[in-house]
Amino acid sequence: MSKPILELKEIDVYYGPIQALKKVSMHIDEGETVSLIGSNGAGKSTLLMSIFGQPRAASGQIIYQGTDITQKSSHYIASNGIAQSPEGRRVFPDMSVEENLMMGTIPIGDKYASEDMQRMFELFPRLKERRNQRAMTMSGGEQQMLAIARALMSRPKLLLLDEPSLGLAPIIVKQIFSTLRELAKTGMTIFLVEQNANHALKLSDRAYVMVNGEIRLTGTGRELLTNEEVRNAYLGGH
Amino acid sequence: MSAPVKPIDIKQSLIDAVVAGLLALIVFGPIVGIVLDGYGFNTQPGRVAALVGVVMVGRFLMSLFLQTPKGVAIAQSFESTGSGVHVLPPGYKTRLRFIIPLMIVIAVIFPVFADKYLLTVVILGLIYVLLGLGLNIVVGLAGLLDLGYVAFYAIGAYGLALGYQYLGLGFWSALPLAAIAAAFAGCILGFPVLRMHGDYLAIVTLGFGEIIRLVLNNWLSFTGGPNGVAVPSPTFFGLEFGRRAKDGGIPIHEYFGFEYNPDLKFIFIYAVLFLVVLAVLYIKHRLTRMPVGRAWEALREDEIACRSMGLNHVLVKLSAFTIGASTAGLAGVFFASYQGFVNPTSFTFFESALILAIVVLGGMGSTVGVVIAAFVLTVAPEMLRSFAEYRVLLFGILMVLMMIWRPRGLIRISRTGVQPRKGVLAKVEGAS
Repeated sequence: MSKPILELKEIDVYYGPIQALKKVSMHIDEGETVSLIGSNGAGKSTLLMSIFGQPRAASGQIIYQGTDITQKSSHYIASNGIAQSPEGRRVFPDMSVEENLMMGTIPIGDKYASEDMQRMFELFPRLKERRNQRAMTMSGGEQQMLAIARALMSRPKLLLLDEPSLGLAPIIVKQIFSTLRELAKTGMTIFLVEQNANHALKLSDRAYVMVNGEIRLTGTGRELLTNEEVRNAYLGGH
Repeated sequence: MSAPVKPIDIKQSLIDAVVAGLLALIVFGPIVGIVLDGYGFNTQPGRVAALVGVVMVGRFLMSLFLQTPKGVAIAQSFESTGSGVHVLPPGYKTRLRFIIPLMIVIAVIFPVFADKYLLTVVILGLIYVLLGLGLNIVVGLAGLLDLGYVAFYAIGAYGLALGYQYLGLGFWSALPLAAIAAAFAGCILGFPVLRMHGDYLAIVTLGFGEIIRLVLNNWLSFTGGPNGVAVPSPTFFGLEFGRRAKDGGIPIHEYFGFEYNPDLKFIFIYAVLFLVVLAVLYIKHRLTRMPVGRAWEALREDEIACRSMGLNHVLVKLSAFTIGASTAGLAGVFFASYQGFVNPTSFTFFESALILAIVVLGGMGSTVGVVIAAFVLTVAPEMLRSFAEYRVLLFGILMVLMMIWRPRGLIRISRTGVQPRKGVLAKVEGAS
């Protein structure tokens, strides 16, 4: 068994008086694809953001590669190998595709910029066609690809994806997930937060199910796909 | 495929004219039609009718013209030609690059021909160029709406005035110190507003600007309050520009043995100011190509994305505030020594609004646009002296027209694309 790259130990997170995460513990091993599924407002995005310290965990520990990052600043975490594709894509609207990708190299400098950009264009051929286009003029799917590619430009050890399927057409979602599968095959550690449980579970090695700020279920992707409770709640099982 | 030429639709034009007439009636009716007379008022329907008539005829003719092929072409050219930032290929050289040496040559021979009045107008223009460039970093590049920018200008100006009065600082020592003081003030303002965006930020900065002005106005014992403070003339290596030197100095005309020229002080301020403007232009040009410049632009576009990418938004914001403020501090020193006197009425909110107008009019983030706009907005009011009462009206009309036709400012920002050090473009080009 490989060692965990990221470990959350009994995290509590509050928004004012409201407790958003209740004693959440989970771990992500190196090379794994892990997903977190749950309904609206379950605390999925909060969990992802709290890894970056926004909001900060009130108690508990977040351990990344053996170091405690619970109290570190967001930019420290982001520049030490955890990259994130934020919810709602958040590409820089007035910058071209290339410039957006260059922004992704901030944590590591532009030593590998040309090489990595090439790699991204192979992974997402669509971006190559659009490389001088401004990001705001692209479709949602292309922007999502750009957001993922931008996150990858910092050569992360751990890639966090917040709802890559948000607001996209089913066919585009399929494309994005097939790219993610390719990416996972290259050994990238991926932590995926998704509402689209079907796609997410098929892609993941392991998954957590979150309900009301607590981890309700955990298991391999396949197990959860056939789990009665999950089927009823998230897969529209009849 | 060419679009078929549409026949001119007179009915549509008539409808346009009637609508415009109604609007004109609503607008002009109360303003022009009712004239106060003691405690009563007279109605003057004739004047309203004339104005509405003019508007309707004008709208009708314009509507007809816009339907002709030529008019259609003009209308299309005003349609937004793709909003946003225009990204130039890396290594792009503008055709206008020889303009810069030309401008420098003009600037160098300009004082020879100019009289004192023209010289002072141009000095004022250059001061506003500095202010515009500074605010452009804060508003145009970093996207932080600052309505109290005049505070830093005031700090620069009072830095020279009070520094002379209490510490005996001259123009040359005050120039860097005022810039540092203003930068420090920018930093202090920057801290509390780090978490604010848009409207809230605007209100806090507006408050900051007013606080500085009110302190200057009311701290009688220190700043002299509304009476202001006298500012010393600048010196040139210890040589003074007055006809007779004060406290044992030597007037420059005696030292070099030429005739006394009262304009010399202004020529000197102009020369130094011009060099400072050039330096600031160059620094700004370099900054926008440095990582910090990119970071400002990224912050303007999406703060959350910035932070998720490992940018320290605190440093980025503070650096924008600090550099912007220090530029205003420089401008303040020049303003004070150009006026020879400072008092708080020079630093009202209207001044902040004017500087903001320069940035908006010039095109957010565009250097050339800001330089042009600064001159237009400071020189035009001088040119319009004879229309004294209508100046502000013209100003307003100009702004409205700009917002309709050039919502992104006079000159759209065109940014040179990034050039990764290993030349990714060449490689990508080769591969495709």
